[in-house]
Amino acid sequence: MDREFAKLFEIFVASAIINNFVFTRFLGLCIFFGVTKKVETAVGMSITFTAVMMISAAMSWVIFTGIMVPLDITFLKIVIFIGIIASFVQASDTIMRKVSPGLYYKLGVYLALISTNCIMLAVPLINAGEHYGFIESITLGLGSGIGFAIALIIMASIREKLELADVPVPFRGMPIAFVTTGLIALAFTGFAGIITM
Amino acid sequence: MGAIEATAGRPNSLQIVISGIFRENAIFRMAISLCPAIAVTTGLKTGFLMGIAVVFVNTMVNVTVSLMRKVIHPRIRMPIYMLIISGWVTVADLTLAAFSRDAYKQMGLYIQLIVAFASILTRAENFASKNKVIPSFFDGIGIGTGFFFALMVISFFRELLGKGALWGVDIIHAKPLLIALLPTGGFFATGLLMGFFNWIDIRFYGGKGAGGAGGH
Repeated sequence: MDREFAKLFEIFVASAIINNFVFTRFLGLCIFFGVTKKVETAVGMSITFTAVMMISAAMSWVIFTGIMVPLDITFLKIVIFIGIIASFVQASDTIMRKVSPGLYYKLGVYLALISTNCIMLAVPLINAGEHYGFIESITLGLGSGIGFAIALIIMASIREKLELADVPVPFRGMPIAFVTTGLIALAFTGFAGIITM
Repeated sequence: MGAIEATAGRPNSLQIVISGIFRENAIFRMAISLCPAIAVTTGLKTGFLMGIAVVFVNTMVNVTVSLMRKVIHPRIRMPIYMLIISGWVTVADLTLAAFSRDAYKQMGLYIQLIVAFASILTRAENFASKNKVIPSFFDGIGIGTGFFFALMVISFFRELLGKGALWGVDIIHAKPLLIALLPTGGFFATGLLMGFFNWIDIRFYGGKGAGGAGGH
């Protein structure tokens, strides 16, 4: 039991910090650069993202292990996973609008952005590739969500200050954001090797 | 997006290809589909394979969407596009897995993630669904080649600085800068090149700079 817990903890820390999706695996950059202009948006995005990530990791595990492996159609995983995520996001969008308009007003915008995110797709694919169990899959989803949240909030805080800085004209906007991310990524390199997976 | 409409009116295949490479370069100008751009550019070889895969998927998706544009009902077009894209990505994925085991181990995940490329979906939606097969084919080639070109430029600098080699062949016999191979190097290279392309645009074409809004 202890060993299982240790493994879960490893997966969590590794996916949140050491193999942070943004800084060491370069995924989800699109959203990362898109929503980090203000801290408030970054927080909203992180919450929505982590929740959707855990649920879609669980759902795709059930479908992968329950349906695709027995039928031997694992080669269709890309098609099926993207279908699961897109339909789940669409469904939660509709449900949230009916059940809790207040929450929808706050977080609904981010839902639409999520469906074509690379991390969303990467987590089920990694789960399938590593043959993770149910709890492990969810842990990976949670870890990645938290890791993404950390990245978004750090970046958003920096970019709010960056707005006031005197940046050379060709570097305004995206290029300077990239260079900044490079520096943060350098800091995250320091975490490498804490846990070897 | 004005440029797309203009070329769509007078479909000249060469113009379409060139616009895809330079003015609407997915990475440097529009700043979309960035994720694999940094992940697979540690060497020219992986960058090359990734670029080829993207050109292939982009062209085939454009052709398929264009062929089916009269059959697809507008209300359900997005899911259908996603299905078409993921189908062609699966083809590219399985082909690479069969022919190049080593490279696949390193970049398999990123090949699968071509599905989530906004640049491909955007082209299907904005160009292929409104145009005939031939222009769509060239548009796919152009946008794909633009992406390919960007990948090659980034990986050229990263491999040269990080390993002192090009395509696995040693060129500089000195201690290389390891930082270029680290994630940091990828972000730096892309950021600096993006700034450079913006500078060209401002200096020679009188553009406003400010590359890309940052989408998927």
